[in-house]
Amino acid sequence: MSEHQHNHEHEGSELSDVALRVRTLESLLVEKGLVDSAALDEVVEIYETKVGPHFGARIVARAWADAEFRKRLFADANSAAEEFEAVTATGAVPTRLVALENTPTMHNLVVCTLCSCYPSQILGLPPTWYKSAPYRSRAVIDPRGLLKEFGLELSEDVEVRVWDSNSDMRYLVVPERPAGTEGWSEERLAGIVTRDSMVGTAKVARP
Amino acid sequence: MNGVHDMGGIQNMGPLEIERDEPVFHHAWEGRVYALTRVLRLGPKWNIHMSRYTMEQVPPARYLGSSYYERWLLGLETRLVGSGVLSPEELADGRARPGGTKVPRMTAQEARDSLAPWRAAPPEGDVPPKFKVGDHVVARNMHPRSHTRLPRYVRGHRGVIERDLGVQGLPDSWVAKQEVDPQHVYSVRFAARELWGPEASAKDAVYVDMWDAYLELA
Repeated sequence: MSEHQHNHEHEGSELSDVALRVRTLESLLVEKGLVDSAALDEVVEIYETKVGPHFGARIVARAWADAEFRKRLFADANSAAEEFEAVTATGAVPTRLVALENTPTMHNLVVCTLCSCYPSQILGLPPTWYKSAPYRSRAVIDPRGLLKEFGLELSEDVEVRVWDSNSDMRYLVVPERPAGTEGWSEERLAGIVTRDSMVGTAKVARP
Repeated sequence: MNGVHDMGGIQNMGPLEIERDEPVFHHAWEGRVYALTRVLRLGPKWNIHMSRYTMEQVPPARYLGSSYYERWLLGLETRLVGSGVLSPEELADGRARPGGTKVPRMTAQEARDSLAPWRAAPPEGDVPPKFKVGDHVVARNMHPRSHTRLPRYVRGHRGVIERDLGVQGLPDSWVAKQEVDPQHVYSVRFAARELWGPEASAKDAVYVDMWDAYLELA
């Protein structure tokens, strides 16, 4: 065990095996001069406090409020998203983006069956269910059954499109704008857009 | 490689568990593993494709029995040894030895500075497309022993090119030969019934990103 000491948090008084293994690995890399623990602290803080679905929500809100932006978003999401100063994740490979339009007759759902690709730059790190084997395995073969488990039942006349993000293209679902939000500002609209609605496992509820 | 990571269509993976308002990291060590993966630049060979491949090589029982960040840790350890940054002995006992490949140490400031405005990745080469929107295609029935991003559930099935997504390097070629191999990638629509039979909805479809090398004309 390295003598190198760190002051980042303990998880209670005892560390699990995996926590110890990670601490040992970090100490080793610090001792060899390859890692600065302060940089790790920075990355953790960025992901815990700065990167999140609020960026995607702003994109959706603008698509709801601005018909011209909406057109640009569906035609070429990358250039449209550049209009936002959405931060990218630290060290992340820049992402290509496609926006998918939900309508009363079409519902889009995003999955990554091979690993867990997710538009983290605009939605934050994916939730555990998105990375889980049940979700990854069933989204492509039984999307309607899976959506029911999220509490979303789609009628037979709605077309369900499942997007397997197996390349370095990322997919953002633009949910339907709920009734009762006429005249709302973009900021207020962004406040009701949920992470799940941008993955396609929920609709945005009527306020 | 036909592996357990390629899980599209498997039906007995258990119930979906949805945790409401979950934290970004459930344990501090998960954040450290994530951050280590982000700040360590192990050299050009060790890109995202190699990173995925190291996780695919985790044996099936361990892959399925590990949490997401446990798999990240296994992959990171494999890459640290594979790149020569750490020796197997160092990894085993946690004691530093002299030597090993040196990689640049990212500072906290550099981590902060890497917060940058959104930029789309540039195309990874300038090559003509082999297919066009509307083409009827079939996913090749191939089973490479190394890394591939062609899911098993589409192999041999017919689809239609929906959209040209531009040029990306073929991950298979990077992992097998460290060659970029730029090709067009298309969003290909596979009808749910084509993939899953008559029990599936006649309306539904699965869209899969397909490189030129994964396709032939139907």
